[in-house]
Amino acid sequence: MTTEQEKAAAGEPVLQAIDLKRHYAVDGGFLKPAKTVKALDGVSFSLQAGRTLAVVGESGCGKSTLARVLTMIEPPSAGQLLYRGQDVSQADPALAKLRRRKIQIIFQNPYASLNPRKRIGDILEEPLLINTRLDARERRERGQAMMARVGLRPEHYSRYPHMFSGGQRQRIAIARGLMLDPEILVADEAVSALDVSVRAQVLNLMQDLQRDLGLSYVFISHDLSVVEHLADEVMVMYLGRVVEQGTKEAIFGRPLHPYTQALLSATPRLNEAARRERIKLSGELPSPLDPPPGCPFSSRCHRVMPVCSQRLPALMPQGGRQVACFAVEQDLGASAP
Amino acid sequence: MRAIVRVICIIFKERNMLEVRNLSVHFGEESAPFKAVDRISYHVEAGEVVGLVGESGSGKSVSSLALMGLIDFPGRVRADALRFDGQDLLRMPEKQRRTLIGSEVSMIFQDPMTSLNPCYTVEYQITEALRAHGGGSRRALRSRVIELLEQVGIPDPESRLRAYPHQLSGGMSQRVMIAMAIACKPRLLIADEPTTALDVTIQAQIMDLLLSLQRSEGLGLVLITHDLALVAEAADRILVMYAGQLVESGPAAEIFRHPRHPYTQALLRALPEFSRGAERLVSLPGVVPGRYDRPQGCLLSPRCPYATDACRLREPELAGPQDRQVKCHTPLDDAGQPVRAAQEIPA
Repeated sequence: MTTEQEKAAAGEPVLQAIDLKRHYAVDGGFLKPAKTVKALDGVSFSLQAGRTLAVVGESGCGKSTLARVLTMIEPPSAGQLLYRGQDVSQADPALAKLRRRKIQIIFQNPYASLNPRKRIGDILEEPLLINTRLDARERRERGQAMMARVGLRPEHYSRYPHMFSGGQRQRIAIARGLMLDPEILVADEAVSALDVSVRAQVLNLMQDLQRDLGLSYVFISHDLSVVEHLADEVMVMYLGRVVEQGTKEAIFGRPLHPYTQALLSATPRLNEAARRERIKLSGELPSPLDPPPGCPFSSRCHRVMPVCSQRLPALMPQGGRQVACFAVEQDLGASAP
Repeated sequence: MRAIVRVICIIFKERNMLEVRNLSVHFGEESAPFKAVDRISYHVEAGEVVGLVGESGSGKSVSSLALMGLIDFPGRVRADALRFDGQDLLRMPEKQRRTLIGSEVSMIFQDPMTSLNPCYTVEYQITEALRAHGGGSRRALRSRVIELLEQVGIPDPESRLRAYPHQLSGGMSQRVMIAMAIACKPRLLIADEPTTALDVTIQAQIMDLLLSLQRSEGLGLVLITHDLALVAEAADRILVMYAGQLVESGPAAEIFRHPRHPYTQALLRALPEFSRGAERLVSLPGVVPGRYDRPQGCLLSPRCPYATDACRLREPELAGPQDRQVKCHTPLDDAGQPVRAAQEIPA
């Protein structure tokens, strides 16, 4: 334990993804070859203890697939997932157990992710029942302590999910995720279904829990204003690939990739001074079955060059973050000494 | 004499295209009704964008469904006046109302994927609206549909005529919905969360389209949304609703700079953008009261940080000048603090 803590202090990542891929084979039709959808195509990151990595992108960019791969709801097609240096993507029962205890998930829709036929107490105790040898009294104690921690009252313990509002349900989902003392919590659009005032309550709760328990978050969201509030690191995805990745300050302060720029400029702002000149993206996300050749963003990019439709730009360190774009490469290459 | 009346009518038309006075929608028993919408009044002028803002359960959608005559039997719609162009929608014959709704006043719904009928082609569904309000030869209808699809920015409209909704993406479906809504050249368009189901870049495209249509056709637009930043960018005037009641109204810039109602202030403060750099977001405790837990007095009083005993006993009235109304006993000043004892000491 002490060595683990020392390692964490020394900056060893709790979770590291190396070139994670998830491909799906899709039937092409009668007598046609099967096609491949590259839902996740080579994503790498490392997450330090107590930090938040935000994954941003539009629907179909692979961010939910990433959540499912990180929690091993689906195994990756290729690549490695390291928990404190140990590859947990292997099909090994001991590793699977470790992974379930250390990496937990909160889903988007709290109306669908809680079993309507179970009491809150049973929902919270189930992870303990499966993964620990605690007796009934200890489980109940832990469950009630966790409820208090996420701001639910003790009498809620024997109620059913339908008796709660959306915000309370999301608190229950968070409590369930925390029952096994995980180190990493994957939040897949965890606050997207909530109203503004309730969303603020849940975001505050998540921040308190992170501070008190030293949790690391993988926070998946399409809402850039929430990401800007919560994240330490930001990863922008487009069609299964990372297009820009860096610290929050770098990405929000000076976005380099044309897609990141377009996303930020499309986000409505309250403050007139903060509004950016809107970069209009024509068209919509291309079909993942049939992505454009070269850079997947080339079909909608306003800075498209001939090379973009020929080769795939690699993620390269530029301007204090990682960017995959030929245009950025050209800009910075020209200005570099 | 008749000419004078007509001139007055025209002036009236230009001023208030839509006038809603004390609109209520009740559900449940007559003796203890659930007031989904409780005595709201507002008006929309031609060429104006009005934002109707509130959280879920605030009655913003129900109020516009009532306007469109889409509240069915168990619901009861009452209003002192529900006037479009000087004609009272509630007191006109059903048949006359139907010719008006859908042509002069039309609506765009929240979820384009479920609002379109999956069994019919895009052309059929748009033509249906045209046929219901006028019709024309088959050729004329088809060319009008193509024209509409072009107007809403659908590439290659001829080939899309025979497309079914499942063949369209979310953004495209919403464009089809907009084409349907503007098919009969309405003068008032009600857009109920038109971009909530869409991605940000598509949201930007759809909002650009709506606003450019609104400007070019001089439409009155009621934009219903929970997204404050979205209305901040688009609307001229804003109405804030809470638990079925209108709590604040005023010009958009004014409301965002100096919210007078504690609820509006709380909504703004709960946005991460508002408290940038702050460690925590300021949030109201609790949730919007539901059917059985509506408190006495001001509906916000259990959650309001400034609530006094008066707030818990007596419901405040919507007060203030016509263009800046607040429903609060102690409205906030420019510094965001409640004006205590405002009633005792006239300013």
